[in-house]
Amino acid sequence: MTIDTLPKQLRENAQRFGNKIALREKEYGIWQSISWAQYLERVQHFALGLHSLGFKRGDIVGIIGDNRPEWVITELSAQSLGGASIGIYQDSTTEEVAYIISKCDMRFLVVEDQEQVDKILDLWDEIKGVEKVIYYDPKGLREYQHDFLMAFPEVEALGAAFQQQNPSFYDQSVDQGKGADIAILSTTSGTTSRPKLAKITHNNLIGMGVGLTSVDAFGADDQFLSFLPLAWIGEQMISVACGMRVGFALSFPEETGTVQSDLREIGPRIIFAPPRIWENMLSQVQVKIEDTSWLKRRVFDWSMRHGYRLADKRFAKQELTTQDRWLQRFLHWICFASILDQLGLRYMKWAYTGGAALGPDVFRFFHGMGVNLKQGYGQTETTGICVVHADGDIKFQTVGKAMPGAEIKIDPSGEILAKGTMCFAGYYQNEEATAESMTADGWVRTGDAGYFDDDGHLIVIDRAKDVMTLHDGTKFSPQFIENKLKFSQYIREAVVFGGGDLPYVTAFINIDFGNVGKWAENHQLAYTTYTDLAQKPEVYALVLQDVERTNADLPNAAKIQRFLLLHKELDADDAELTRTRKVRRGYIAKNYQEILDGLYSDKNSIDIQSVITYQDGRTATLNVTLRIESLRK
Amino acid sequence: MRVSKFDRPYESGRPERHQLRVENISLSFGGVRALTDVSLTCEPGEILAIIGPNGAGKTSMLNCICGLYHPQKGRIMYGNHNLARTSSHHLPKMGIARTFQNIELFRHMTVLNNLMLGRHVHMKKNILTALLYWGWAEREEIENRRFVEHVIDLLEIQHIRKQMVGSLAYGLQKRVELGRALAMNPGLILLDEPMAGMNVEEKEDMARFILDINEEWGITTILIEHDMGVVMDISDRVAVLEFGRLIGIGTPDEVRENPDVIRAYLGQDHGGRS
Repeated sequence: MTIDTLPKQLRENAQRFGNKIALREKEYGIWQSISWAQYLERVQHFALGLHSLGFKRGDIVGIIGDNRPEWVITELSAQSLGGASIGIYQDSTTEEVAYIISKCDMRFLVVEDQEQVDKILDLWDEIKGVEKVIYYDPKGLREYQHDFLMAFPEVEALGAAFQQQNPSFYDQSVDQGKGADIAILSTTSGTTSRPKLAKITHNNLIGMGVGLTSVDAFGADDQFLSFLPLAWIGEQMISVACGMRVGFALSFPEETGTVQSDLREIGPRIIFAPPRIWENMLSQVQVKIEDTSWLKRRVFDWSMRHGYRLADKRFAKQELTTQDRWLQRFLHWICFASILDQLGLRYMKWAYTGGAALGPDVFRFFHGMGVNLKQGYGQTETTGICVVHADGDIKFQTVGKAMPGAEIKIDPSGEILAKGTMCFAGYYQNEEATAESMTADGWVRTGDAGYFDDDGHLIVIDRAKDVMTLHDGTKFSPQFIENKLKFSQYIREAVVFGGGDLPYVTAFINIDFGNVGKWAENHQLAYTTYTDLAQKPEVYALVLQDVERTNADLPNAAKIQRFLLLHKELDADDAELTRTRKVRRGYIAKNYQEILDGLYSDKNSIDIQSVITYQDGRTATLNVTLRIESLRK
Repeated sequence: MRVSKFDRPYESGRPERHQLRVENISLSFGGVRALTDVSLTCEPGEILAIIGPNGAGKTSMLNCICGLYHPQKGRIMYGNHNLARTSSHHLPKMGIARTFQNIELFRHMTVLNNLMLGRHVHMKKNILTALLYWGWAEREEIENRRFVEHVIDLLEIQHIRKQMVGSLAYGLQKRVELGRALAMNPGLILLDEPMAGMNVEEKEDMARFILDINEEWGITTILIEHDMGVVMDISDRVAVLEFGRLIGIGTPDEVRENPDVIRAYLGQDHGGRS
């Protein structure tokens, strides 16, 4: 039988790999593993448990929780029964959760712990259809008496009993699955308020896996740490789709706070992370190097200088001489190996960035240290990825070439269109949005503007609607400028304005509280809060240097002329960022209209009243004066 | 070895829980009377809070229970033991643990080692077998480590497991100290101002941990606390001390309405704290 669904692949893997490790989770200080055979068994039990509780083909189970074996077991169980799963981000607001639950007519929810159970209990009156809420961390739940609450092992026990009675039911159910069935629903990082739910089929996931693994041949012995939300398509595509296809072990970190040390312990061979992770790693290195001894700093600077030179040679596809190769090894030995070890990148074979554009400087930095970092390009609608760099053909301005199985073209308006096995099956119960997202002949509209370079590499400019036309008529990507700014360890987030009617380019900047705070301490600068620190003249002067550095590389019309440091950090909870931490430019411009007007006036400061909403819903009003720094001569 | 979140290692090997009966104790230091004729009981599985203004005798009370002070009059019965006549180093064997107002941890040891120290009472091996680390000694070490890991999980301190205690923020140190007391797997735990000096968020966390310890692990808890709001929320009963005398005891609602308590505590200068 051909393998056209993930549960069939799981069954095959259990046969083929048996006692080889499939899942590994750090719990109670040790890495506890589940073999492929055990994985299949647990999926069987949980699936049959769900079936006993009334789960039917086509049902959708919602999952809210950290990445744990139970997460993927639930996903595969739903799929084994001909249903689908949807991951809900843990930091979603209650309205978002309620919306997704009722949109999917969800009857079963699998949640991690007391925190999530409490969230569901708060919503209980709004979410009528839910029949069972299944939790997998019992801490604090002992006194909860609700009938609809069930522990994960209870469901598994129910399933084990069912299997005794009906030993062939599971296999029959899996056999009925077809490649065109929906495997998961994935929320799109909507820039509008309501997320859309993309239908991703087994064909999509498997097609994407075939495509990606034919570019980079992952092996069954490669390691992967699953630490980004499984609700995100980028995590699904490597950990579930590719992992299942190739049979490598998935490791789950102990807690969010331990990811860095868990990365070190696992030493993954593959990583797929959005730009913010790479940016964080970069600023960590920058800060630590600044703190280290004089000698180590000199060694690092020297190594980086040569590292950059060798990286540029590779980018230009020049042959490395024998001397270069020895130098590379020497640099690794004397400097990079220990830094990469701290970051958990020491054994990395294939590192990817995706989800948003990564600044070229960050990209070059990792190549300078010898990390094989590649850009991937895709969106939820193309199962996360359809364009990627091949080994030895990496250019940091581009995102690479279409993967096998995918086709890319640019429509006359400059928008990137994609077609192929990884292209999704439309939005769940939303014909209108589905029609808008595709052309009449079945190409997915990505909404990004781009073009091909001479080597056939795709270059993505920006979201088509974000590309700004400067006052002198040139088109420019605000994201490009933002990424240049974010190369600075002191800048965490930046929002650049300047297209259309606006006469020049300006920026809102979020300082990196940790790094700037440390800098302030080192310079005996006293501060109290984020707002206070951000408004210090010294901090403005510090950031000004980075803005000037950014400006140096920009054409005149695109140079930042005025900027200010925002009094608060942009936050997904305030709808200023998407859940995957992309800036929602339109919303920010609207919400901070007053501040934006200030940037386009000749004032040197602006007084604002800011309403802060605490996590428990209380609000407070804050009066702040924001300084505006002007670079105009 | 698989360890599941559904395991409950704390349910085995724990000393039996008893009712604690404080009977007419009086304590004085020279001419200063710290406690005068105080009587109260604490039932197994209860959270009892002791509140009162500064110098009311709260910590003296706790110190009497755990054998640091010996009251001149009265008895403190825990099962068949009179704690008023017992030295403090016998208490761990009876399953009584405590934390201190000022953190008393080994600052230059890791969190993990501090917690393992809390298991000392459960370690039967001697220095020689421990050095050899073979057979029974190894199994015992693993068993203790497993227990400690459950404590780490309960208190959510996985990320600092291998850090030196001295380098941690104050709120975390308080949590580690609670962890060390829990590592003993006590039946009764005495907490001396577990939330002193914490910010609101840390207090909320600590309150949740205290409830978890009580509900999940079933440990009897006696705590001293200044923050009235927290005390009223989490305690089953509250005892109020003033100038070394017990002026009220009952459920939070009863205590709130007790006229003596209102006069002595809530109504006057400390009332603003709640």
